[in-house]
Amino acid sequence: MTVSSTIDDWTNQEYRHGFVTDIEADSAPPGLNEDIIRLISAKKGEPDWLLAWRLKAYRHWLTLEEPAWSNVDYPPIDYQKIVYYSAPKQAKQPGSLDEIDPKLLETYEKLGIPLAEQKRLTGVAVDAVFDSVSVATTFKDKLAELGIIFCPFSEAVQDHPDLVRKYLGSVVPYSDNYFVTLNSAVFTDGSFVYIPKGVQCPMDLSTYFRINAASTGQFERTLIIADEGAHVSYLEGCTAPMRDENQLHAAVVELVALDDAGIKYSTIQNWYPGDADGKGGIYNFVTKRGKCLGRNSHISWTQVETGSAITWKYPSCLLIGDNSVGEFYSVALTKGRQQADTGTKMIHIGRNTRSTIVSKGISAGYGQNTYRGLVKINKGAANARNYTQCDSMLLGDKCGAHTFPYIEVQNNTAKMEHEATTSKIGEDQLFYCNQRGIKTEDAVNMIVNGFCKEVFRELPMEFAVEAQKLLEVSLEGSVG
Amino acid sequence: MIMQQQKTSMLEIRDLHANVEDREILKGVNLVVNAGEVHSIMGPNGSGKSTLAQVLAGRDTYQVTRGEIIYRGRNLLDMSPEERACEGVFLAFQYPVEIPGVSTQYFLRAALNAVRWHRDEEELDAIDFLKFLKQRMQIVEMDEGLLTRAVNEGFSGGEKKRNEVLQMAVLEPKLAIMDETDSGLDIDALRIVADGVNQLRSDERAFIVITHYQRLLDYIVPDFVHVLVDGRIVKSGDKTLAHELEERGYSWIEQQTVTEQPVAS
Repeated sequence: MTVSSTIDDWTNQEYRHGFVTDIEADSAPPGLNEDIIRLISAKKGEPDWLLAWRLKAYRHWLTLEEPAWSNVDYPPIDYQKIVYYSAPKQAKQPGSLDEIDPKLLETYEKLGIPLAEQKRLTGVAVDAVFDSVSVATTFKDKLAELGIIFCPFSEAVQDHPDLVRKYLGSVVPYSDNYFVTLNSAVFTDGSFVYIPKGVQCPMDLSTYFRINAASTGQFERTLIIADEGAHVSYLEGCTAPMRDENQLHAAVVELVALDDAGIKYSTIQNWYPGDADGKGGIYNFVTKRGKCLGRNSHISWTQVETGSAITWKYPSCLLIGDNSVGEFYSVALTKGRQQADTGTKMIHIGRNTRSTIVSKGISAGYGQNTYRGLVKINKGAANARNYTQCDSMLLGDKCGAHTFPYIEVQNNTAKMEHEATTSKIGEDQLFYCNQRGIKTEDAVNMIVNGFCKEVFRELPMEFAVEAQKLLEVSLEGSVG
Repeated sequence: MIMQQQKTSMLEIRDLHANVEDREILKGVNLVVNAGEVHSIMGPNGSGKSTLAQVLAGRDTYQVTRGEIIYRGRNLLDMSPEERACEGVFLAFQYPVEIPGVSTQYFLRAALNAVRWHRDEEELDAIDFLKFLKQRMQIVEMDEGLLTRAVNEGFSGGEKKRNEVLQMAVLEPKLAIMDETDSGLDIDALRIVADGVNQLRSDERAFIVITHYQRLLDYIVPDFVHVLVDGRIVKSGDKTLAHELEERGYSWIEQQTVTEQPVAS
């Protein structure tokens, strides 16, 4: 078994989450205009200030051009063909899990996310977002006892309007970029988290995003606030059915960490990547940013990106508070015709701020993998430190790896380190493993997992196992 | 050595021809190795020694064009590299390969469990494996610190070769092929590696020791010495042949074969 035949089989692997849930949906007609935005806002029973904010964003969006600077290639998106609101029809707002449509429960069971709390062996609270709405949030009451708010975004708008109003757009302004502006106009649901002062969230919080309806875009917004001394670990997972047409996912995630607070945000992104010829798949245009507002605050992004036809995301940190720390750990895998342009921005503003970037890109088939990162040390950021490590692994000879590191230093006390490598899974490595009795498929898994180790060890335990499995599934069928 | 003694045949190579990129490297190799024997294959650079080792292990960059290899009664050439390994063929690499991010311990356990699975034996869990491994490590006087380091990454030449012998000790092969294990070793490392191999010698196990120099054979004393020149074994003998080669050089053999060749074929 040679590397090339191993890799050829990669593209033929199956996408495990490609099923469709047959459920009646309450959908808006396709197209984007002010009426659609008013409709979304009315569906959610939103206050006037939020509708005004949406409309302001929409009017600004009309003046913008879609950006073209990234290293990805796709046909123009027709924004008038997208459905901006789709919700599974339910007789009434479910008060408990018993009242949720069994089809939805079944969907999440199939995805490995059983929502029934009593069945859960592990301490993870889940918010399940299905197309445009959140269908269930587990452990909500238990968390509320500690003063922790974990609920769908639209619920937070109703129940905690002051917090939402204070922080919405405070990290990622509505005018930030084309996709953010679009999201600000049409966002539907997502998760809201508030951890009060001094509280250590006792369980991992997670949101599971599922796109189901055809032609639907998912535009969610997540806002996480860790008050002084608070800590939280948040996980995010994403899947979608296999469909021939491309679907747009344009999300915004904002994190705020106050003094001595810490937020760990982990993502396993497994949106449908399209077929081997590049037909279908999710366009994943996401803006994620964390603000280390307080002294000694800490924000850590870890992502495992294996899905989507196109990935365009740069989870970033604004290191404002003195001694604050930002981290970015990433594994991005592209195969078939997938394209990823991903990386991070670390903006050092406070004194003694530190950042770490570890990026692992794996390309196979015709996949194109780009790391794009900015490390900026502002004038006032005395004694800032950054360590960047950017490694690429190529499997086969038709794929590509690209690296665009940008560094701007305005303070000469900064210490910067940058390391980059590109390697190829070699016939030598595989043969060495084979000669010790290890099958090619297992050898490829072992080598790829070894390559990603520095990132996987940043993931919460269960997620790390899931991430490894996900890579293994991607490698499945590699021995013919 | 008592040649007449009844022995189990481990390996029979008959008229083996092998190419790399249409260039013929092996031009009719014949060799019989029985269980319990140590065979040394010597020869000048480019004579095909490493090719023979790689063909036995199943490297697909070499094409066998003629001949056959019978390993314990089965056609070795029908078996994939991993099947050969699981059936007890072990190659100690001349240039051991680095695998970043994969710890030596993890790698060894994966390999051992693959072999055990093939033999319908139960897999060893991490704790039992570690016990077993620590005991095996004494054979090569290996530092435990190396176990948690990535496979061969940043290892010195001596550490890499010791790691090869450790893997051999862990996998307990039936046929061990050592491809220039002495190259790049200082005298202390050479002694440790050779001691390790000697401890692994047994009546059930056979060794093919490939080397350019006689030096290694002072430590691993072979039962047979074969001289490979231009893709053929041109002379075989006992350990004294190695000494003779050391004194007279390979040119002595090459001259001899020129004259003997027509008779042989």
